[in-house]
Amino acid sequence: MDDPLPRSRLSVRDLVSEATAGLFARPGRTLLTVLGTVLGIGALVATLGIAKTAGNQIIGSFNELAATSVVVSSDRGFFGGEAPRIAIPWDAEDRLTRLNGVIAAGSMANVSVGADLTRSVPINDPLGQTEFQISMMAASPGLYAAVRGTLSTGRWFDVGHSQRADRVAVLGRGAAQKLNVVRVDQQPVIFVGEVSFVVIGILVNVDRQPELLNAVIIPEGTAQALYDLESPETVQIDTEIGAASLIASQAAIALAPGEPGLLRVQKPPDPEDLRRDVEEDVNALFLILGGVSLLVGAIGIANVTLVSVLERIGEIGLRRAVGAARRHIAAQFLVESTGMGLAGGIIGTSLGVLVVVIVSATRTWTPVLDPWVPLAAPTLGAVTGLVAGVYPALRAARLEPVDALRAGG
Amino acid sequence: MAHLKKAIWSWSAMQPARDASPVVELSSVDLTYQSGEVEVRALRDVKLRINGGDYLSVVGPSGSGKSSLLNILGLLDRPSGGEYRFEGRDVSDLSEGDRTALRGQRIGFVFQEFHLLPNRTVLENVMVAMLYNRWPRPTRERLARDSLERVGLGHRMDFRPGKLSGGERQRVAIARATVARPSLLLCDEPTGNLDSATSEAILGLFEELRDDGLTLIVVTHDEQVSAHARRTVSMWDGSLSEEDRGG
Ligand SMILES: Nc1ncnc2c1ncn2[C@@H]1O[C@H](COP(=O)(O)OP(=O)(O)OP(=O)(O)O)[C@@H](O)[C@H]1O
Ligand SMILES: [Mg+2]
Repeated sequence: MDDPLPRSRLSVRDLVSEATAGLFARPGRTLLTVLGTVLGIGALVATLGIAKTAGNQIIGSFNELAATSVVVSSDRGFFGGEAPRIAIPWDAEDRLTRLNGVIAAGSMANVSVGADLTRSVPINDPLGQTEFQISMMAASPGLYAAVRGTLSTGRWFDVGHSQRADRVAVLGRGAAQKLNVVRVDQQPVIFVGEVSFVVIGILVNVDRQPELLNAVIIPEGTAQALYDLESPETVQIDTEIGAASLIASQAAIALAPGEPGLLRVQKPPDPEDLRRDVEEDVNALFLILGGVSLLVGAIGIANVTLVSVLERIGEIGLRRAVGAARRHIAAQFLVESTGMGLAGGIIGTSLGVLVVVIVSATRTWTPVLDPWVPLAAPTLGAVTGLVAGVYPALRAARLEPVDALRAGG
Repeated sequence: MAHLKKAIWSWSAMQPARDASPVVELSSVDLTYQSGEVEVRALRDVKLRINGGDYLSVVGPSGSGKSSLLNILGLLDRPSGGEYRFEGRDVSDLSEGDRTALRGQRIGFVFQEFHLLPNRTVLENVMVAMLYNRWPRPTRERLARDSLERVGLGHRMDFRPGKLSGGERQRVAIARATVARPSLLLCDEPTGNLDSATSEAILGLFEELRDDGLTLIVVTHDEQVSAHARRTVSMWDGSLSEEDRGG
């Protein structure tokens, strides 16, 4: 009869069903205990979801147009109006289009025409006003593409026009309207003061630098020859998507290798940075909040499991008497606390997702959630329960059967 | 297969245990409780030999050490001195795990306070006794039902213990103690607070179990109970002495 004894054993299925029975023995208490974890996990999931959703919204609100525009201008000193501290070179367009990631670049400048008024010939409305104060701008050939302009008729000037200082002009939509020019096939002429220009095109739209639409635009070479324009003032660059930051850092060096710091570069805010900032701001605050509620939840579970160990000392003694080993007792309480954590995790995740959806709906945002969140969150709840159950489970397992049976009478 | 064998194994198959080989052998067992500064000698130099199929009653005044004796016999507690052989095996120096396994597989308890799980049904309470002993689930339920039928509680399977009378609870405890086919059944005051008709029914049940080969040790204050036993030992202040009944 001294053969080795088969050891006590408890199948996983039996373990789970015993623990479940333990939890359902006091459903009200179990539910209240789970609440802490529900809040903690719910807060975490909602936080992650809202941060992600809001961050995504920021990316969406950044249109491609803004994200691919870089503008370099020569700084006119603190008060403006003075001579520029550094001149943008005439070949800015060539220097910039050589950079990788630049689709188009063009320079421009205001041309001072003094008190000269602009009029068109012939005067076909003798009663109406015929002379106007219209601003004049000089532009390089590439500016048309860089501002993404649209001509209703005619053409933009080219390098030849500029080199020969041809007296040609492109009218912005507003200027054309005032001067009553609608067609260019007859080579209409306008006068600015006493200087005549042949209108070769009408610019009806630009995506950038909208002041062009109200101006008489002439080639840079012409402006240099006729009006002593010293240098371009502004360079508009159209970049490839995602290249704006890089181009912004290179443009000033390309234009003024000696003193790039004197040029002012406007680049679009990096949406990726912005999104990360928002996510981090939201996250830091609420993750702490969620973490704290989770901790409170864990303490709640630990507390209630400990109370239930003390209440069920008699049961522990009985189980030991019918063959339960210490590990079986520990396992039962661990599974109970883990079950509470898991339940809290699942309910909390559902509530968190619901909050994200509701918040998104009220703002007409598209709810976004990383796919790992709804998987990891219940797991985190279960781990919380498991950790919370360790101490009570050890207390239960350490009880001596005799003591448990006597105390739990 | 092992499960099946165990399931088929019935009380009657245990008949051979009824021969003269001792199930329990205590030699010079002492048990001392340390309660703060005070030492309580709950058992003093106890010698006892119980053969398979015996029916032994233990009598004695309150505090004389009867429950302490059962705790030792049931491997719930270790003696402070002396030797305990259970089924021929010296269990004094068995590991905790082995004692637990032996207790769960070979010994049944009916406690003074029943220790039924209040939130589980009567049937589940009985099935708990087979939970840790490798019994397959369906067998467990069948045996538990059989055992409850046997104590006359077939109509109370799905009740909670709180809804049962004292005698019914006692019978659930007995059904639970016997369902896993132990070779030794330890009962602490099994008929306390019961009317004589119910006690009589329970004593009848004990006779049946004993006829099936179970070794029975019953602690009681009740003359009627001890009169049924083949042997009676009495305890006094931790010491045990056998009453000679002349046959
Ligand atoms: N854990 C313990 N610590 C200290 N003393 C104890 C402990 N358990 C029991 N005792 C003491 O040991 C003695 C024997 O107790 P035991 O429970 O065996 O008596 P009993 O004969 O079963 O009494 P009753 O008939 O009232 O159940 C008592 O004096 C009791 O106070
Ligand atoms: Mg007692």
